[in-house]
Amino acid sequence: MRAEAAVAAPRALLRSSLGGRWLGPGVATLYLSIIVLLPLAAVVTRSFDRGLGAFWRAVTSPQAVAALELTLLLSVAVVAINAVTGTLIAWVLVRDEFRGKGVVNSLIDLPFALPTIVAGLTLLALYGPKSPLGVNVAYTRIGLLLALLFVTLPFVVRAVQPVLLELDREMEEAAASLGAGDPTIFRRIVLPNLLPAILSGVALGFARSLGEFGSVVLISGNIPFKTEVASVFVFGQVESNNVVSAAAVSVVLLVVSLVLVAGVTAVSRRGERRAG
Amino acid sequence: MRARYALRFAALGYLALLLALPVAVVFVRTFGDGLGAVWSSITTPEALHAFWLTCVMVLFAVPANTVFGVICALALVRYEFRGKSALNACIDLAFAVSPVVIGLSLLLVYGRLGWFGDWLTDAGIRVIFAPPGMVLACIFVSLPFVVREVAPVLREIGTDQEQAASTLGASPWQTFWRVTLPAIRWGVAYGVVLTTARVLGEFGAISVVSGKLSGRTETLTLRVEERFQTFDLTGAYAASVVLAVMALATLLAMNLMKRGET
Repeated sequence: MRAEAAVAAPRALLRSSLGGRWLGPGVATLYLSIIVLLPLAAVVTRSFDRGLGAFWRAVTSPQAVAALELTLLLSVAVVAINAVTGTLIAWVLVRDEFRGKGVVNSLIDLPFALPTIVAGLTLLALYGPKSPLGVNVAYTRIGLLLALLFVTLPFVVRAVQPVLLELDREMEEAAASLGAGDPTIFRRIVLPNLLPAILSGVALGFARSLGEFGSVVLISGNIPFKTEVASVFVFGQVESNNVVSAAAVSVVLLVVSLVLVAGVTAVSRRGERRAG
Repeated sequence: MRARYALRFAALGYLALLLALPVAVVFVRTFGDGLGAVWSSITTPEALHAFWLTCVMVLFAVPANTVFGVICALALVRYEFRGKSALNACIDLAFAVSPVVIGLSLLLVYGRLGWFGDWLTDAGIRVIFAPPGMVLACIFVSLPFVVREVAPVLREIGTDQEQAASTLGASPWQTFWRVTLPAIRWGVAYGVVLTTARVLGEFGAISVVSGKLSGRTETLTLRVEERFQTFDLTGAYAASVVLAVMALATLLAMNLMKRGET
């Protein structure tokens, strides 16, 4: 009996652990359906409530287009800056040695821990109307950019850091011994190895910037055509009971997010395959 | 050597200007008005209620997502089933969707004009503009953290020990409590800390579904905005500092856990 049980164990375990094969996946699917899928389905159906024409009119209204364009523009700028500064910060945290490095390293997570509305307020305190530095970026696109840079800072750093830590130094030493200078080594050896990590950090940061609300709401001043981003536009439409318009622009944001999620999954899978 | 200092200077300068200095300025501004003003601002009945309501959000959303997170991670790592990659993508979706869209989506299901609106009104249940809707919003936005922290740990520990336990006659429950859970405890703890931080700081989705009724459906983050919009900067800064202190405590917990893991 015992011996048989031992042979059958792996399969029996799979079947019986936590009360059957389907309990785990079943509970997970049910919970996700109620919490995530049902509400999102409501947004999609509601956006087409008054037909395709109404959806199209809502999405192509000048104010919606301006908000979507600004959001895309800012997100591209944010991730471009993040790709450079994030890689730089990760490099300094891994390859450099200085006192207080541990503190700086934990500071990187601050934007994830700090509530976004507080992030917006802190930026206004330093760069707002009563700035001790004498700069005022409140109600400008620069202010929006700053807020988005704040909240997306950790993505690229935290994606690149572990890859850089595990990177084999021998390749770089070999290149150096063959006479390559530091910039060449970085461009030809280090950067290609970091690229998948940078891209996955960039994609996460992009998705975050597209939907960001809390940190920009105080800084933007919500001026249509100038500083109104998509999330703020949607919020305004909800406040003024314009449900179809709010839902339609939300659907555009949802589709872009979905494409991004699929992209990140593809990139990380390719990375895993290469690593495995 | 010079290049190295230049890089270090650039990285640290960027971090100081973007992160450290702004946060420091808020602390200085807050306590610039004196401790008395801060204290009286954070002990008004509305402020205390906001603090309490924020704690309620954490007390409901965090346990719900912790239990779900562990079950879901087990399902994703230990089982093969159809639709697994779709499930995986759905979890990431909760991170990728804008908080405002999340708020709107709840409104369209549970609100007065939503799918279940009539039914809920008849039954006398208020979800939107009331705490239940706010809890749902918090659960949505913080859903992926525990799953994403626990799944890699589960993958790493493998099934050898679980199989050994079950061969020795342990029931699935015993195997889970005595073998699996102790092995993944740091992953769970880390996920719980991240979930808590996210719920404490939730703003966008909650500002859509709460109705922002001061003293009734106002959390600390909503209070920061409300104080700011009514030109009570001392009040806004004071509430911010309470939240910032909670955030710093979270950072500390994260660091201690990273050390505990290794």
